Amino acid sequence: MRYYDKLIFDLSHPGRTGYSLPSDFACGQVSCSDLPENLLRRSALDLPEVSEVDVVRHYTNLSQMNFGVDTGFYPLGSCTMKYNPKINEEIASHPAFAGLHPLQPAETVKGAQAVIDGLDASLAVITGMKHFTFLPCAGAHGELTGLMLMREYHLAKGDTARTKVIVPDSAHGTNPASAAVCGLEIVEVKSGADGLVDVESLKPLLGPDIAGIMMTNPNTLGLFERQIGEIARLVHECGGLLYYDGANMNPLLGKVRPGDMGFDIMHLNLHKTFSTPHGGGGPGSGPVGVGERVLPYLRIPRTSGFHGNFGVMMRAYAYILMLGRENVKMAGPLATLSANYIKESLKDCYKLPILTVCKHEFVFDGLVNDGAREGKAGATTLDVAKRLLDYGFHAPTIYFPLLFHQAIMIEPTETESLETLDSFIEVMRRIAAEAAEDPDILHGAPHNAPIGRPDETAAARNPILKA
Amino acid sequence: MAGFAYFPHTEEDIRVMLDRIGVRSLDDLYSDVPADFVYKGEYDLPSALSEQQVRDFFDNLGKQNTSLKVFVGQGAYDHYVPAVIPYITSRSEFLTAYTPYQCEISQGTLRYIFEWQSMICRLTGLDVANASMYDGPTAAAEALRMSVACTRKRNKVVVSTKLQQNVLDVVKTYLKYPDIELVFAWDVLEELGPDVAGVLVPSICRHGVIQDLTGMADAVHAAGALLIEYCDPSALAVLKTPAEWGADIAVGDGQSLGIPLCYGGPYVGFMACRQEYMRKLPGRIVGQSVDKSGKRCYVLTLQAREQHIRREKATSNICSNESLMALWCTVYLSLMGPEGLRKVNELSCAGAHYLYDELLKTGRFEEAFPGRPFLKEFCLKPLVPVDVLQQKLLDAGFFAALELDGYVTFCVTERRTKEEIDELVNVVKGIGL
Repeated sequence: MRYYDKLIFDLSHPGRTGYSLPSDFACGQVSCSDLPENLLRRSALDLPEVSEVDVVRHYTNLSQMNFGVDTGFYPLGSCTMKYNPKINEEIASHPAFAGLHPLQPAETVKGAQAVIDGLDASLAVITGMKHFTFLPCAGAHGELTGLMLMREYHLAKGDTARTKVIVPDSAHGTNPASAAVCGLEIVEVKSGADGLVDVESLKPLLGPDIAGIMMTNPNTLGLFERQIGEIARLVHECGGLLYYDGANMNPLLGKVRPGDMGFDIMHLNLHKTFSTPHGGGGPGSGPVGVGERVLPYLRIPRTSGFHGNFGVMMRAYAYILMLGRENVKMAGPLATLSANYIKESLKDCYKLPILTVCKHEFVFDGLVNDGAREGKAGATTLDVAKRLLDYGFHAPTIYFPLLFHQAIMIEPTETESLETLDSFIEVMRRIAAEAAEDPDILHGAPHNAPIGRPDETAAARNPILKA
Repeated sequence: MAGFAYFPHTEEDIRVMLDRIGVRSLDDLYSDVPADFVYKGEYDLPSALSEQQVRDFFDNLGKQNTSLKVFVGQGAYDHYVPAVIPYITSRSEFLTAYTPYQCEISQGTLRYIFEWQSMICRLTGLDVANASMYDGPTAAAEALRMSVACTRKRNKVVVSTKLQQNVLDVVKTYLKYPDIELVFAWDVLEELGPDVAGVLVPSICRHGVIQDLTGMADAVHAAGALLIEYCDPSALAVLKTPAEWGADIAVGDGQSLGIPLCYGGPYVGFMACRQEYMRKLPGRIVGQSVDKSGKRCYVLTLQAREQHIRREKATSNICSNESLMALWCTVYLSLMGPEGLRKVNELSCAGAHYLYDELLKTGRFEEAFPGRPFLKEFCLKPLVPVDVLQQKLLDAGFFAALELDGYVTFCVTERRTKEEIDELVNVVKGIGL
């Protein structure tokens, strides 16, 4: 990667253009300047004035300071950075779909509707849910939509007292935020020493004020919540619903269906489990599926403007068709195999707080030997993460889940070869050895990235948010 | 196991890995799953298709769609897409990256988000913009929530019914569950009061009329509320900016900045505000900083606002947004520049007014809002049956004359040619009165 210093504004030169539009007004002479004077923009519009080649080189240069799945291994926990197949991209830009206006009459968009229906049916089969809504544009957006459905379910019964939702302490950070935004009060349930939701702690929380529980299974420690059957029974018995946070769905492909575990509402991240690219933070797609209980309410929340991120849905459907039933069911086990392989290969160098078999991801709690000594601080999880960048890997998720102070959360996915996993393991071991020898090597990392560690405090204290 | 292109594992690899883990089979990795929950059935899905079969599959579905010349807007505009954009946005380094958590190897993403924020500020005239929202309607809903967070002991928001329908629908959904009172009004000023936190109005109404917001900001501010303006960012090249109208927050959909229609998404929402409300702005924000050696660099900043820090105290839960679509618009605006964007508006405006005049000349319509200014979208009152009108147009390959509040709505972008407009008008002439 090569450091490149420019912003597009730095390249601006008055008089240059990068557009190509018809040169004359074929359609009469009404101009914007004929509009009433007081409706018109007064200030100059200071957009860059650059040629087409300037634009192409600038953004190509920017891209070369970026790391993606196509660059290398991206073991970011809870993010499922699997390979994004290229056929999906080709399909998503298919001209017979890309030109459809979202309000076109139904008889002119039968193909698009077939995509939505086909994807809906496929996801229903894979998850054990009845139907999905595709309006949510991201995972958190799915959570919000799902919680709205939870509220609709109770409101339809005239039950207005259910204003609390139970969220485990290991939950994704979005869970409590989504609940709060949906007007629900959060009740936290503790994990036991085994990292699983403690059923005895859950019991006293259940009552007529509980709308439901949000869970991800496997949880953010990568552990399967074995007591889910009992939890589902207890929550349903108290009149609540179970929400499944599908961010961790990948290891269950082919093995377990949320619907069978008793979940009533769930979201999927098509940009995780179903291979659509993350795009540097979207567009994603967070379809919400429901079981029988909640089905009547599925179409009530209008949480986005049209039909959701249709282009992302096209990609996910193409992915499912490419995999077919025989490969969909291998994705989960192979992802789980990769995670356990890394875990077993590194547990002598990195603290493994929970020893049992994991699913798609697992969490270390920092280095076994961080190299701390008289007058020298040890290497932290942040240091390990930054040092990984020097060796050509993306860092795992760090300092999450909050249960462990030095959390390093690793999710390799099923699309990585044994050689890739082995080279990652070797580098992680080398970094552990470096830390033990001289943690300063890690403190200063990254040494080979386009930039070194930034001054984040200064950025927050004196925000410069635009050019 | 037969080889599959996305799974590199050979039988031998799997054996080596299982041995390292100390289990005998892949099934053993699921020994912690109670037997009742292990799925024993066969997914009712088709068998794996080859890549060519997948192509053929979507080609065949594509044939069930009808490709139409689009003369409708209502939040999705058929503007021209420069060839450069998909080439840039499909670069793997942008496309296959996650949210820029590791800033040292994400300077590409962080830099374009900073450029996007800058361009949104320049379009709207406001001080601060975020990294993007899901779409325009959700941005509007979040802005209303933000207005409640920005004011004290005010829990009511007023939303103009002049907004497009999907904005109204999403706003209604978002505000139904938290404890915020939502009032819809044609004349929002009538609803102002001491409990109102925010007022949401469009800069162009659902009928296409450019709104004269003279006095609006003063009245809203005098009542102690924030003014939120929903605008078409493309039109801001020529129309008075939210800042010039005195708005505190601007929101809208970036789709009009060269994003293909794609049956409604992915698009991208934007949100900008005055400096004083910066710390209440939802979503991600990128800031400029320096690294240890003094190099200019960009980082996610002001994260104390964000959902993963605030958790149950959060006022928004957005994290992933529409980053790549923000890049799409940023490249579009870079190519267009001030002149290109102005020209897009000039061509659309000229085409729309030409269509308006020609349609009136057919005698099949009356003016809906005589003398009211419009840019590229307008309504007319049909004097012929709407279903006949729509069907004739559809048969001729046009998507036009969408019914709206007893009128029909049209939109013309710079993609529409004079020949297409003349052809549409000829179809209308063929409908008996």
